[in-house]
Amino acid sequence: MLEVKKVHAKVAEGIEILKGINFSVKPGEVHAIMGPNGSGKSTLSKVIAGHPEYEVTEGSVELSINGTMTNIEDLEASDRAREGIFLGFQYPVEIPGITNINFMHESFNALCEHQGADTMSDDDFRTYVKSKLPILEMSEDFLDRPVNEGFSGGEKKKNEILQMLLLNPRLALLDETDSGLDIDALKTVANGVNKLRNKFNSIVLVTHYQRLLDYIKPDFVHVLHNGQIIKTGDSSLALELEEKGYDWLTGDHK
Amino acid sequence: MSDIEKKMNEEYKWGFETNIEMEEFPKGLNEDIVRLISQKNNEPEWLLDYRLKSYRLWLTMKHPNWQYCDVPEIDFQDLYYYAKPKSNIKPASLDELDPELLKTFEKLGIPLQEQKRITGVAVDVVFDSVSLGTTWKKDLEKVGVIFSSISEAIVSHPELVKKYLGTVVPAADNFYAALNSAVFTDGSFVYIPKGVTCPMDLSTYFRINAKETGQFERTLIIAEEGSFVNYLEGCTAPQRDENQLHAAIVELIALDNAEIKYSTVQNWYAGDKNGIGGIYNFVTKRGICEGINSKISWTQVEAGSAITWKYPSCILKGDNSEGAFYSVALTNNKMKADTGTKMIHIGKNTKSTIISKGISAEESEGVYRGEVKIMPSAHNARNYSQCDSMLIGDRCQANTFPYIDVKNSTATVEHEASTSKISADQMFYLQSRGIDPEKAISLIVNGFCKDVFKTLPLEFSVEAVKLIEMKLENSVG
Repeated sequence: MLEVKKVHAKVAEGIEILKGINFSVKPGEVHAIMGPNGSGKSTLSKVIAGHPEYEVTEGSVELSINGTMTNIEDLEASDRAREGIFLGFQYPVEIPGITNINFMHESFNALCEHQGADTMSDDDFRTYVKSKLPILEMSEDFLDRPVNEGFSGGEKKKNEILQMLLLNPRLALLDETDSGLDIDALKTVANGVNKLRNKFNSIVLVTHYQRLLDYIKPDFVHVLHNGQIIKTGDSSLALELEEKGYDWLTGDHK
Repeated sequence: MSDIEKKMNEEYKWGFETNIEMEEFPKGLNEDIVRLISQKNNEPEWLLDYRLKSYRLWLTMKHPNWQYCDVPEIDFQDLYYYAKPKSNIKPASLDELDPELLKTFEKLGIPLQEQKRITGVAVDVVFDSVSLGTTWKKDLEKVGVIFSSISEAIVSHPELVKKYLGTVVPAADNFYAALNSAVFTDGSFVYIPKGVTCPMDLSTYFRINAKETGQFERTLIIAEEGSFVNYLEGCTAPQRDENQLHAAIVELIALDNAEIKYSTVQNWYAGDKNGIGGIYNFVTKRGICEGINSKISWTQVEAGSAITWKYPSCILKGDNSEGAFYSVALTNNKMKADTGTKMIHIGKNTKSTIISKGISAEESEGVYRGEVKIMPSAHNARNYSQCDSMLIGDRCQANTFPYIDVKNSTATVEHEASTSKISADQMFYLQSRGIDPEKAISLIVNGFCKDVFKTLPLEFSVEAVKLIEMKLENSVG
């Protein structure tokens, strides 16, 4: 599904943040990327999603497109989304003047068109969205409010997962989806993420804390430090990190 | 990439020229030219006098210099003041127009031939200095609506023209009003009789084609007691390196319980990306709510012209009358737009609404300039103003100059303003959902302009959205 090969990346004209990242994700797998603040976790997810402010200076990101692993460096963010990559934001941005449902509909239809599927009418789309709302315990009035405007932190995160479920991506990158959530909201969001999980879809969770992984059990855990993956293990690695902290691996003793 | 390049080359798709033999007066302006224009239109003596008085007044006036943007000096002796297609000897029907002209308007999306006409909208087409004709005229006459070129109305309904011409915008109003009053050549005339709701939308399409020619159009709309009319105006011009002058006057008169809705989509050629060429659009538009409970609303989408200088205004004289101004002004490249409105409250319980949305991209400058004036007689007057600016990129400018002058303590005046920028984060967010950059900008901008677009008639609003999208296509930074 996804092959990240020796990727070095920097913010345009800035310092190098990713220093040779290697990992690969197969269909149906759930990976967790963990690491201390400033280790490059968010950068990694943005690089995979095609954020224009980051430049890959070495290595490649490959995505399986129509069954073939393809280097996606020339694909813009919107094209990557159409090929099935979804990025759930740590801080979803507010967009005044556009209703949430209108935005989601534009997005949904853009993906349908690209994938050669039929687009949906306004009425059908609303029915479709309404069918997903209970999973995230969201009320319908969220649909007619401007995108993320005036949403609480938790509501914004639920809105991200709602979009993910609507678009049904093959590869979901979820950046700190758990941050700022109380325990009930965390469970709801995790339940939403688990709905995407099947043998075709892959999920990459970027998270600082282990607690999300109590609800979404990863197949692999990677520890990112200073722009490199310093350890890979199974879900027990996350528990170990929870217990011992990152210093245990990074060698930064205070 | 090649797609974007292609689009850049067709940036202004209305920029073509019509090759047709023209009849022009000699360049320059003097009393003889004024007399010639009047003579060409077979005008009565009083109108010639009005023109000459205006001309003499204009000679004593100075070019205004209070606007925010620099206006390069205009040589008024280096312009043609009258240009019309030679072939047009007022054909009995639009079907008999010169085929070149029919083709021109067909290309602009306004078929004039009987069988191809757009239903539900009557169109008056003005080409350079003259009106070529008006569609659906006979059908409108059946209900008493007069819709014709103003030159025709001067001959066929002189009493109406004489009664109202220059009453809302007197020649002495400003430099360009005096100039227009002296040399106006054509424009539209609308008269809606008492109690009549105009059965279709009325529309005028202005096309500048001739080189070095000023277009001085004059529009007069009169809505009698209890009548209603929806009027639309569109404008385009060929792409040329020199600047051309367009100085129009529009006057609206609404009597008791009458309502006039006036919408404009202005897309004159704006010059190239280096600011070479384009139309100078210096227009005086004003309406008077003369009668009680009368309403006038101006909606404008200003997306063209090198320099726009325009303040569609309302004089709210009748008690309980209402004025509204909804505006989207978009500037890109090196365009400059100084636009806004004046709401003059005179009658009791008068109400005005101002919603202005300015979008500036590249190196352009957008200005909102408005005045809300509550006169001592205007008890319980209300005004609500909202002026929002959106910046795209960091080389453009937006300025807001609201003037508020309240002379009656029972008035309620509200003013809200905001400035925002399309952020890289918003762009990335939309793109990460599969929405391409151009669509992303248009979603954000349309969201920003929504309150204005919804006041436009449906087809116009679709057109406006398309126009804004096209104008912004290459502004994505």
